[in-house]
Amino acid sequence: MYSDKVLDHFRNPRNMGEIPDADGVGTVGNPVCGDMMTIYIKVKDNRIADIKFKTFGCGAAIATSSMTTELAKGKTIEEAMKITREDVARDLGGLPPVKMHCSNLAADALHAAIKNYLEKGGKK
Amino acid sequence: MRRVYLDHAAGRPVDGRVLETMLPYFTQKYGNPSMVHTPGNEAREAIETARGRVAKLIGASKKEEIIFTSGATESNNLALKGVALRNRDRGNHIITSSIEHMSVINVCKDLAKQGFEVTYLPVDRYGVVDVAALEKELTEKTILVSIMYANGEIGTIEPIREISELVHDHGALLHVDAVAAAGQIPIDVEAEHIDLLSLSSNDIYGPRGVGALYIKTGTRIMPIIQGGGQERGLRSGTENLPGIVGMGKAAEIISAEMETESRRLAKLRDKMIRGILESVPVSFLNGHPTNRLPNNVNVRFSYIEGESLILSLDMEGVACSSGSACTSKTLEPSHVLLATGLKHEEAHGSLLFTLGRQNNEEDVDYVLGLLPGIVRRLRVMSPLTPKELIGDV
Repeated sequence: MYSDKVLDHFRNPRNMGEIPDADGVGTVGNPVCGDMMTIYIKVKDNRIADIKFKTFGCGAAIATSSMTTELAKGKTIEEAMKITREDVARDLGGLPPVKMHCSNLAADALHAAIKNYLEKGGKK
Repeated sequence: MRRVYLDHAAGRPVDGRVLETMLPYFTQKYGNPSMVHTPGNEAREAIETARGRVAKLIGASKKEEIIFTSGATESNNLALKGVALRNRDRGNHIITSSIEHMSVINVCKDLAKQGFEVTYLPVDRYGVVDVAALEKELTEKTILVSIMYANGEIGTIEPIREISELVHDHGALLHVDAVAAAGQIPIDVEAEHIDLLSLSSNDIYGPRGVGALYIKTGTRIMPIIQGGGQERGLRSGTENLPGIVGMGKAAEIISAEMETESRRLAKLRDKMIRGILESVPVSFLNGHPTNRLPNNVNVRFSYIEGESLILSLDMEGVACSSGSACTSKTLEPSHVLLATGLKHEEAHGSLLFTLGRQNNEEDVDYVLGLLPGIVRRLRVMSPLTPKELIGDV
C-alpha cells in the first residue's frame, strides 16, 4: 500500500521533536479525524535554520511530516511557503489516493508555522 | 524474521485436512448434484454429508435446514431480505443492533429505503445489546430481529437466549449472525430457539467463498437469487461442490476440537490482555472483560493512532488489525467501538488481535515484548501525549 520511501520516513522520521524556543509554531488537523500535526521552525537570516515536527496519525501522516521538514530545512521563508502537499507526496514516491486528502497535511502545518512567525514580527 | 499472524477475524488458513478432503472434488468428483447419473449422485451425497456436518455444529437436528451460500455476507442478505420481503404482509418493522456486521447494517439501510422501519438497539460500554430496549421496541409490527451471537471485533458474546425469548413472545423471527462465534463457543439453534443463523466457512478454517444459512423449518422466507432452484429453491446456482465439501469437513473438525482449542486460546487471550494492560501505561480493554470470545484481544492506547501501530508491528512480523478510521474504507472509525461509547480519538487508537490455531505462547510473548516500545515510540512522536508520560526525550 505504501511506497518504500513512505515506510522509510515512517521507520526513521527526520527532524522529529519540538523546538522549545521556536520562532513559529503551526498545528493542523485534530485528533477526532485521526490526524494532527505540529511543526516548529527556527528562522535565521530569512531561512528556516531548524525545523521539527510532532504528529498524531497514520503512517502517511508521520511520513509526510518527516518529508516536509526535510524539504523545508534551509529554504528561505518565501521558498518554504511554496512547498505544496503535492510536492511532499511526489517526493515520497506517491501516496495512496485516500491518504492524499486526509493525511497529507504537513505542508499546511509548515505554512501555518511560517504565518505564525510572520505574525510575531518576522525578520530574524 | 519471526512471523506472527494475529488477524484471524479477517482471514484464516484452510485446515490441511479440509484441503485434502476438497481436492478430489476439483478434478475427479466433479459431477453436478442435480443430475441423476452416478457422478451426480456422488456429488449430491457429498453435499448432503457436508450439510449434516454443518447442522451438527450448531445443534440442528434436521440437515435440510442448512442452505449453502457464497459466504456469510450472502447468508445475512438472504436472511434479512428474504424474511422481510416475504413477511411484508405481517409488518414492516425490523430490529437489529448498532454493532452488527456491515452485511446486516447495510442491508437494513437498503430495506429502510424500501419502506421498512429499522430500529438499531444500543449497546452498553462492553458491547452488550440492551435487552430492555429490545423489549420496549418490539411491537406487533415487528417481523424480524437480527442480533449477532458474538461480535468479532470486540469479542463480546450477546445474551441470545434472553433475546430469543422476548422475540418469540412477540411472534417475531430471530436471525443470528454467528460468524464470529461458530466453532469458538457452543451454539444450539434448537435449545436457543433461533430461526435463522448465518455461518462462514473461512471462519471455521474452511475455504473462502462458502457460507451457510440455517433456516428453521416453517420459516417464511423467499430467495434473493433466482435460477435453477437449487438449495430447496432458496439459493439457485450450481453448487460450489469442493467449497461445500470443505466447509462440511471444517465443521466436523471444529465440532470435535472446539472445547480443547477454545480453552487453550482463552488462556493465551487472558495472558495477552493482562500483559498489555500491565506493561503499557494508559491502555484499556475494549469489549467485555469476561464474556468474550476465546480468541479476541481488543485494546486501545491513548494519544496514538491504530494504523501506525499496525505498520510498526508489521515491520516486526506481526499482523493485526485496528478500528481506526485510517484502516477503514469509509474513513470512519469502527462503528462498533463508537457504539460502545468511545470517542473518535479513542477508537483511532484501538488494536485488535485475533488468535488462531497456529498461535502459541511464544507468539504472545513476542508481541508483549514489542508493544511497550512501539507504543512509546509513537507517543514520543505525538503532540497529544502529556509530557509526564514520556519524560524528557
